[in-house]
Amino acid sequence: MANLAALLYLVSGVLFILALRGLSHPTTSRQGNRYGMIGMAIAIVTTLALRPPSSFLSFILLVLGFGIGGGAGAYLARKVEMTKMPQLVAFFHSLVGLAAVLVAGSALYAPQAFGIGIPGDIHAASLIEMSLGAAIGAITFTGSVIAFLKLDGRMAGKPILLPQRHTINVALGAGLALFILGFFLSGSEVLFWAIVLVSLALGVLLIVPIGGADMPVVVSMLNSYSGWAAAGIGFTLGNMALIITGALVGSSGAILSYIMCKGMNRSFISVILGGFGGEDAAVASGKAEARPVKQGSADDAAYIMQNAQKVIIVPGYGMAVAQAQHALREMADLLKEEGVEVKYAIHPVAGRMPGHMNVLLAEANVPYDEVFELEDINTEFAQADVAFVIGANDVTNPAAKTDKSSPIYGMPILDVEKAKTVMFVKRGMSSGYAGVENELFFKDNTMMLFGDAKKVVESVVKAMAH
Amino acid sequence: MSSDPQSVAEHAQTAAQALRSAADAAQNYADQMAATAHAVSGGAIDPFIFRLAIFVLAVFVGYYVVWSVTPALHTPLMSVTNAISSVIVVGALLAVGVDLVNSEGSGWAQAFGFFALILASVNIFGGFLVTERMLAMYKKKG
Repeated sequence: MANLAALLYLVSGVLFILALRGLSHPTTSRQGNRYGMIGMAIAIVTTLALRPPSSFLSFILLVLGFGIGGGAGAYLARKVEMTKMPQLVAFFHSLVGLAAVLVAGSALYAPQAFGIGIPGDIHAASLIEMSLGAAIGAITFTGSVIAFLKLDGRMAGKPILLPQRHTINVALGAGLALFILGFFLSGSEVLFWAIVLVSLALGVLLIVPIGGADMPVVVSMLNSYSGWAAAGIGFTLGNMALIITGALVGSSGAILSYIMCKGMNRSFISVILGGFGGEDAAVASGKAEARPVKQGSADDAAYIMQNAQKVIIVPGYGMAVAQAQHALREMADLLKEEGVEVKYAIHPVAGRMPGHMNVLLAEANVPYDEVFELEDINTEFAQADVAFVIGANDVTNPAAKTDKSSPIYGMPILDVEKAKTVMFVKRGMSSGYAGVENELFFKDNTMMLFGDAKKVVESVVKAMAH
Repeated sequence: MSSDPQSVAEHAQTAAQALRSAADAAQNYADQMAATAHAVSGGAIDPFIFRLAIFVLAVFVGYYVVWSVTPALHTPLMSVTNAISSVIVVGALLAVGVDLVNSEGSGWAQAFGFFALILASVNIFGGFLVTERMLAMYKKKG
């Protein structure tokens, strides 16, 4: 029976691989998601068949657990707004982290049920795996809670810099290593909870100094951590599905973090050390000067775009905040009726999590084959009549190419400056999160459209309809 | 096909028996395979090594599979990895099923397991359903 179960766990692991594989194209993605669901069902049924509930109490707990959790999960999935996906994902990460801690805890208090020894005499290897799983799980838990609070605006996005934070972190890290060693040698329950406590504190301290705009990296990183925590528990349980999944999720999160770091031209280490955004912004606001910009009206914008041949729309986080995606699609539809070619250009770090803009545009019924990644569309700006930048700033700033002293120097940018006319939809003249002035605002072929992104687009739509 | 209840019941019974024997056969094969694997390894290699091998290979599989994911689907990628990492629920199920009467472990284990089960279920249902909801929005032109 145990062997058959192991093979079934392997099957569910393979189905999880297929689930990720399906995401290589939108047409195969839904099939992939179904594979994932089947894999999960197989893993759950196999576990229940292998160890059916031992008592009536266990049975009731099972039904209650699935009922409460499943109901809450389904409710969240149905209700969440797409702009709030980053928060939801951070919240989900925290749950995986806490679940890993709890499962490691139950393995410690009921080693026989997990087949890893008897109380007081748990296999040494299991102790290590368990403590690592619990430690990473605890860091993921508190880290994700902080990320959630920052993304949801319940906590200031500004980096919070404690004095001596690096020293504190190193001390905590050393303490953690010591506790794990002690736990390995003694198997003491007290040390296990000490490991958990220290890791919880580390999770908070690691994420608190990271600024709101670095959140795409943080969310991806926590995604990766939740995978490694699951893998740690998988080793404890000797469960194939869990080991494979942990490895998949761990590497997936790591790759996404890498892509996000590259999109900002920042090293992973510098993001983790934190502090970006806060200080720089203060410096930049000091040297702000009043320079003339060309301000346009909705009618001007409508007229220029309707007479264009090709318009490329560059959406950023500001569009998401203003919920302007639906109005934007309406505008694109009107343009297409006039025979204008409309495309969307997405910067890798637009939004608060990887791929966030794509989901928002898809939600507004923008076909995915009109939406392009930076490297696929960047050469086309030279042939475009209008680049319509809405709620984005730093990702279009040519200083990233020319100004070596700029904090965003080296970051890949969208070459909107090459378009005949550049329109910026912005609330005001404030600089982006990096605190850098954008020279493009002052150019002759730039037109500024000030106001709330949604209202501006709506008035452009109205002007076009005339 | 006749529709009287008795023959339906008989059909169901034969089907159940066939399924049962298929399961038995599968189990036999699995046992044989395991025995062969055990014999090949001489029974000397610690199971940890096998687990580590699977883990390392899965990291590589993950690396290549994730690089092939289109950037447009990176958000669904995160929500689906979230959902599948909740396979940690198997640990929670083992903990909830702890046999307290035969003192397999303390009630703490069961309590932790129950809490973990709730958290993992939120993730399983929430993760897969929200991914499904997002993927349904991706449409082609026209």
